[in-house]
Amino acid sequence: MSEKHIDEISGVETTGHEWDGIRELNNPMPRWWVITFYLTIIWAVGYMIAYPAWPLINTATTGVLGYSSRAEVAKELSAAQESQAQYVTRIAQMPVGEIANHPDLLQFAVAGGSAAFKVNCVQCHGSGAQGAPGYPNLNDDSWLWGGDIDAIYQSIAHGVRFEGDDDARYSEMPAFADILEPGQIREVSAYVYSLTNPPRDAGLIAAGSEIYAENCASCHGDDAMGDVEFGAPNLADAIWFYGNSEAEIASQIANPKHGVMPGWVDRLGEPAIKQLAVFVHALGGGQ
Amino acid sequence: MTDTSSQISDVEQFDAQAVNAAWARKPLYEARKKIFPKRASGQFRKFKWIIMALTLGIYYLTPWIRWDRGPYAPDQAVLVDLANRRFYFFFIEIWPQEFIYVAGLLVMAGFGLFLVTSVVGRAWCGYTCPQTVWVDLFLVVERAIEGERNQRMKLDAAPWSSGKLIKRVSKHTIWLFIAIATGGAWIFYFADAPTLLVDAMTGKAATVAYLTVAVLTATTYVFGGLLREQVCTYMCPWPRIQAAMLDESSLAVTYNDWRGEPRSRHAKKVKAQGKVVGDCVDCNACVVVCPMGIDIRDGQQLECITCALCIDACDSVMDKIGKPRGLISYATLSEYSENMALATAGGTTDINPDLVRGSDGKLSEKIRQFDWRVILRFRTLVYFSIWALVGIGLLVALGARDRLGVNVLHDRNPQFVRLSDGSIRNGYTVKLLNMIPEPRVIFLSLEGLPGATMSITGIDQPEGRSFAIPVDPDRLRTVKVYIRQPLSEVLPGKTAFRLVAADKGSNETDTYTASFDAPTEK
Repeated sequence: MSEKHIDEISGVETTGHEWDGIRELNNPMPRWWVITFYLTIIWAVGYMIAYPAWPLINTATTGVLGYSSRAEVAKELSAAQESQAQYVTRIAQMPVGEIANHPDLLQFAVAGGSAAFKVNCVQCHGSGAQGAPGYPNLNDDSWLWGGDIDAIYQSIAHGVRFEGDDDARYSEMPAFADILEPGQIREVSAYVYSLTNPPRDAGLIAAGSEIYAENCASCHGDDAMGDVEFGAPNLADAIWFYGNSEAEIASQIANPKHGVMPGWVDRLGEPAIKQLAVFVHALGGGQ
Repeated sequence: MTDTSSQISDVEQFDAQAVNAAWARKPLYEARKKIFPKRASGQFRKFKWIIMALTLGIYYLTPWIRWDRGPYAPDQAVLVDLANRRFYFFFIEIWPQEFIYVAGLLVMAGFGLFLVTSVVGRAWCGYTCPQTVWVDLFLVVERAIEGERNQRMKLDAAPWSSGKLIKRVSKHTIWLFIAIATGGAWIFYFADAPTLLVDAMTGKAATVAYLTVAVLTATTYVFGGLLREQVCTYMCPWPRIQAAMLDESSLAVTYNDWRGEPRSRHAKKVKAQGKVVGDCVDCNACVVVCPMGIDIRDGQQLECITCALCIDACDSVMDKIGKPRGLISYATLSEYSENMALATAGGTTDINPDLVRGSDGKLSEKIRQFDWRVILRFRTLVYFSIWALVGIGLLVALGARDRLGVNVLHDRNPQFVRLSDGSIRNGYTVKLLNMIPEPRVIFLSLEGLPGATMSITGIDQPEGRSFAIPVDPDRLRTVKVYIRQPLSEVLPGKTAFRLVAADKGSNETDTYTASFDAPTEK
């Protein structure tokens, strides 16, 4: 700034900066402002000493107060766990069917079950518990092994066809390819198909009906409504695990597929299983 | 030594100076000049006392006003209940989603400020700004302890003594008490005042309450006692903004130099010499009363908060010397300019107050006075219209607002569930709002979706199309609703239907149009 420019009106020197003819007056700062500025610098130095500040190669200075955001999170988590403890204890002490009678526990269990579900169950049952071919939809009212809260608890805790748990639910439909002739399988498939669909070939159905009564009714029932004792699916409803075309039915009769669900009680513990059962029961299909 | 002298004359002389030459040095920062305002008396001072009593009264007393809202709501007239997210203002209760009313009030406050500023300039700064009010209050204390301006200046300059120490300590102690009372009053807006007072005194109040009191005590003490005019000049943006808000018809505290100049302390002597003399006797009464420490005779300046105390001071001087009042007055720029043109014969001469005086020495009839009609100009009418429209809109909205509500969230995952009998089920999270402080039974019913029935988790009632749901006073109740439609009635894709919440007692209803999802193929 070689040339000084003095503002005519105020008689104050300008900084030499100009915007469209507007110049900035070079008035001095008030002293308290400058002092405040120095105070912030002093504060910053104190802050750097008190709190983690300077990055080093592998770590950072820790600060004399020993603050760390990780420790803060750990503290909050343990505080949350502590506040949850009373609910967990009460849930642990009561039978799973009792939980719904306590609104606060019900709310806690549904929320806790939902969280556990997202971590452990969505891989097979889907994020909305809507299932997939071969994996049951948990929202509907069709239950292979029973849909009351105790049955759901049992299924989650010990699993289905799960080798690691002696209490696992177990049943296996025989492969009828070894028992029936291919023609008979066609007939019984036509019969099962006709239970929920408009009949096509009356002759096949009549023959299939007899084969059904001899071979299938013992598990699936005379009325084909299934039996939760054996995990035998209801063949007269709208819900089909492996598809309901005649070909899919025939394939399942000849060489049935069997899903496996692990038992969870050893891994998650009893209170978590109870919460999961309450959550699944509350999805809309619980009985 | 002729050699040397010839050598010197050979050396080239530079026209230069050090950048930090001692005589040209300016301070990098400026020390504050202490201001010792003298107490003014007059109509504006009286008005300011009244405003001060009113504003302080409103601030300190409002939380203590009781208002009966029945057994299910607090009985404090003005309460910001942060924990329960409710705002109570006399007969109005506002939920967080109704914050639009507060936003509307802020818009009104903004336009109100524009309106007031375009009419009477920085009246907010001069009369009602908390900074002004509290500085005034702190000055009352200062004057009571340390005396009037001259005594205060003397005390300030005096060396430390026990007398000075006692005065200073007691002044600051009283200031601190005022500051604590100020910070203390604030928290009563956020909790039941009588309970909180007892809790605060016995150390049982929440930490945040004490922190708030501490912060507001500190700001009140520092801003009102220590920093005073520095806050207005350096911290507040309003002095800068106001420049864009005033026009030639806005009232501002003005020194009427067209009748005051040339000022003289020896009017008679100068007049005897045959020179022109203005009304200003250069007594500096206007300067000593100024809380900002400025001289209004220098013209409009951003430091001026238009507190009008200089008008009071000057008027009493004019009374004393038998001149008409109003040498310093509220005036608009346009009337000032006209009068100035009168006094300078259209700008052709220096100011000659004789041109605005009649032959009897009194002010001439030709002088333009403030005309109340300039208040009603396009700009102020626009401000007022917007202000009034927002206000009327708020009142109408307030009168017509729902105190019963239903909100519906459709389950998206899964969008629908096929049940074993083939029917399709959708799930909804329904929020029922009971926004009055009384318990109610809200009837939730289904409209549309032929054949469909609902079931609600936690409500012990068989599947149907209408449910009675009790909701706690002033609360929201969330229920899980499952709606099921038989396969024979299901339309593929999305179908719109309505969920209606009704209070059969008050006949209030609220309807939510939701959609029912079904597979695109049966």
